[in-house]
Amino acid sequence: MQILNKANYDFLRWKWHAIALSTVVILAGLGLIATKGMPLGIDFSGGTLIVVEFEQPVSEEQVRNAVDPLPGEEVVQQYGDAAERRIMIRLPQVEGAVEGNSLEQAAAQVEQALQKAGLPKFTIANRELVSAVIGRDLQLRGIYATLASLLAITVYIGIRFRFSFAVGAIVATLHDVLVTLSFLVFFGYDLSLNVVAAILTITGYSVNDTIVIFDRVRENLRSRRREPLDKIVNESVNQTLSRTIITAGTTFLSVLSIFLFGGEALRGFAFTMLVGIVSGTYSTIFIASAIAIILSSGKVRAAAATATSGDAVQGGKKQKRAKAS
Amino acid sequence: MKDIRWRLILIAAVIGLSIWSFYPPESKIKLGLDLKGGVHLVLRVHTDDALRVETETTVERLRDSLQRAGVQFTKAEVVSATEFRVEGIQDDAGFRLAAADPDTNYDRASEAGGYTYRMKPNIAIQLRDQTVTQALETIERRVNELGVAEPVVARYSGADQILVQLPGVSDVRRAKEIIRSTAQLKLTLVDQPSPFPTREAALQAYNNAVPSDVEILPGRQEGGGTAGTAGTVFYAVKKAAAVTGRDLRNAQQSIDEFNRPAVQFSLKQDAAGRFGNFTQSNIGRPMAIVLDNRVMSVATIQGRITDSGQITGINREEMIDTVITLKSGALPASMDYLEERTVGPSLGAESIRAGFIASLAGLGFVVVFMLFYYKLTGMNAVISIVANLVILLGLMAFLGSVMTLPGIAGFILTIGMGVDSNVLIFERIKEELATARGVRAAVNAGFDRVWWTIVDTHVSSLIAALLLLQFGTSTIRGFAITLIIGLLSNVFTAVFVSRTAFELILSRRQTAAQTLSI
Repeated sequence: MQILNKANYDFLRWKWHAIALSTVVILAGLGLIATKGMPLGIDFSGGTLIVVEFEQPVSEEQVRNAVDPLPGEEVVQQYGDAAERRIMIRLPQVEGAVEGNSLEQAAAQVEQALQKAGLPKFTIANRELVSAVIGRDLQLRGIYATLASLLAITVYIGIRFRFSFAVGAIVATLHDVLVTLSFLVFFGYDLSLNVVAAILTITGYSVNDTIVIFDRVRENLRSRRREPLDKIVNESVNQTLSRTIITAGTTFLSVLSIFLFGGEALRGFAFTMLVGIVSGTYSTIFIASAIAIILSSGKVRAAAATATSGDAVQGGKKQKRAKAS
Repeated sequence: MKDIRWRLILIAAVIGLSIWSFYPPESKIKLGLDLKGGVHLVLRVHTDDALRVETETTVERLRDSLQRAGVQFTKAEVVSATEFRVEGIQDDAGFRLAAADPDTNYDRASEAGGYTYRMKPNIAIQLRDQTVTQALETIERRVNELGVAEPVVARYSGADQILVQLPGVSDVRRAKEIIRSTAQLKLTLVDQPSPFPTREAALQAYNNAVPSDVEILPGRQEGGGTAGTAGTVFYAVKKAAAVTGRDLRNAQQSIDEFNRPAVQFSLKQDAAGRFGNFTQSNIGRPMAIVLDNRVMSVATIQGRITDSGQITGINREEMIDTVITLKSGALPASMDYLEERTVGPSLGAESIRAGFIASLAGLGFVVVFMLFYYKLTGMNAVISIVANLVILLGLMAFLGSVMTLPGIAGFILTIGMGVDSNVLIFERIKEELATARGVRAAVNAGFDRVWWTIVDTHVSSLIAALLLLQFGTSTIRGFAITLIIGLLSNVFTAVFVSRTAFELILSRRQTAAQTLSI
């Protein structure tokens, strides 16, 4: 059985369309972030989050009325299935108060307010108090880790492939991070620590996909030196297309199982991964190779085949043997 | 083939060891707080407290030695945690001779008719570090007294932060109080015989000019019925303590003369002598027992007391907690909580179930797809993916790394990576078969050509996973560690195990194989 047997699509013909589409999505996302701000989860913003489990069903509205008199703007949301009778209450960081104590007080106030409101009995399923100090610290780490990851991967690909490929791979990866962020904003997900973990995983995943194609380009370059680069790249994309689609498909469905069955706590994580996988596959096919070609055009082609590392010799030998047989 | 036999033995050994390592999983695989329930706390140690104490003590000693040497001065006072000033010195040479002591830890500067001493930066850093270490050790002792299984007490990011993880703790409020209680005990003389109803009243007794050696502290009204219901009153007590928590030899649960809970404490030998002299010379005067700046009880000294005392007027829970904090020693500085994450056990159990279902669904889907799409060869992929999961579990149990909810997601992603490597290899073999070079050559070429691609993809994923490790929260670390181990074992299973499976199939065929079920 074969998906896309002998695929031969002219992907590169669509490169400018693809770049335009991605630019629109990213600009829309960034525009929304610039005007409304990136919604931060309490890991990064600091504040108080309490998940309360009631013994009898309670509506969001009842809980909202109960905690409304408390200072600050509360967020009250159903947490998970309605059958689980869990409600999430989130309070912002109170400015100016003594940090550790104010968090503790805010949590205690919520519990008292719920008790006073005459709601059914409840237990605390989950409680998170994060001070602004920790929030800022995690923000910095998140930004630092994402940038460091992009940089380190660029350096690695730069060593293993040629520079224009590294730029292509990293532009594609950065593209995926930005598209993922945009979709998080579009769909109203908060940026939490789990979501950042998913974004970092996406950087690794997206580069994986790109490397597979670039590896094939490098191999084809060795055996067919005289053909134009864009033709070879397009062919390499086609040759690896079934692998790209199968891998993306199976990974997508695995992550979909997390999204569907993994519970509320992993919802944001799974959503981020789902968007990242789709974007990663798209950018691998349409963006990474396009950038590599745009950057490579006009350069001496002979340099391409030699500027590779250790396996080049081994691969080259094999290639000769294959021809001989 | 001999070669294959050794490969099979190696694979069997690795799988066997892994299963032995994680079986039975209920006891061998450690669960994170988000799955087991418990609390994750980050505390900040106010190291300034310790520096201030150091500066205060230095000033005290300086006053003493100046007085002994008969050097005149008008003022010697603490300016900030790391600074103090001495003013109005007549005899400069005499001062320098008598005040050599602070020079080891402080830089002296001559400013505006006096001297300003500032703590040397390296001393301050050293002292802060010591303070955090002491706090850490104290917290460790307290956590052990709490009887929590597998607690974590460690330094956290930032020089002054401490991470405490208490799995399975349900009474978070109490645990937090015990950890944070500074447990500063002191026995000191009461300056005004009777307590005041308000702080203002106490201040008025001194005409709003409280002497520098006296402080006003809140306390419980004596004889106001059961503990906890009595109102708050204020006492004027001497700042200088006759005995502090450092002089304690032991503390234990006890009862007072009215059969109410009490804490019995005994003093170390040198302190006992000091306390004996102190009580002897103050017979008939009231003495206060002060714990964390709160007067616990006041009693008139009846006679010479040497080595023991009692803290009364507390309820049962307070008694237990006070014993824990006193035994574990005082904290060198106060602390506050920067972060608290509590997960109730019910939510944790549910997360385990959800994660388990998601993993099975993910694995089930992948198995069905691989068998359907690659037919018999798909079996190789299934074997290598399952082997990968077994090795991953085995290594996690062996390394004692913690399984968290994002870690379960890492598990599912590991399945995805296993699929990726296998698909990469299989698709290549298919391509090579299309050029009709025979099955064995196609299989060999498939694995050889893809090897460096697999290395490249795994290295780039490893880079991202390693950078995740720096997020101190245990849940994210759990995810990163799962990914890292999964990536490493995937190289072994997708390449070595899968290739061995292929060769096993090929070697079974007597005639040169021309077809492959792929």
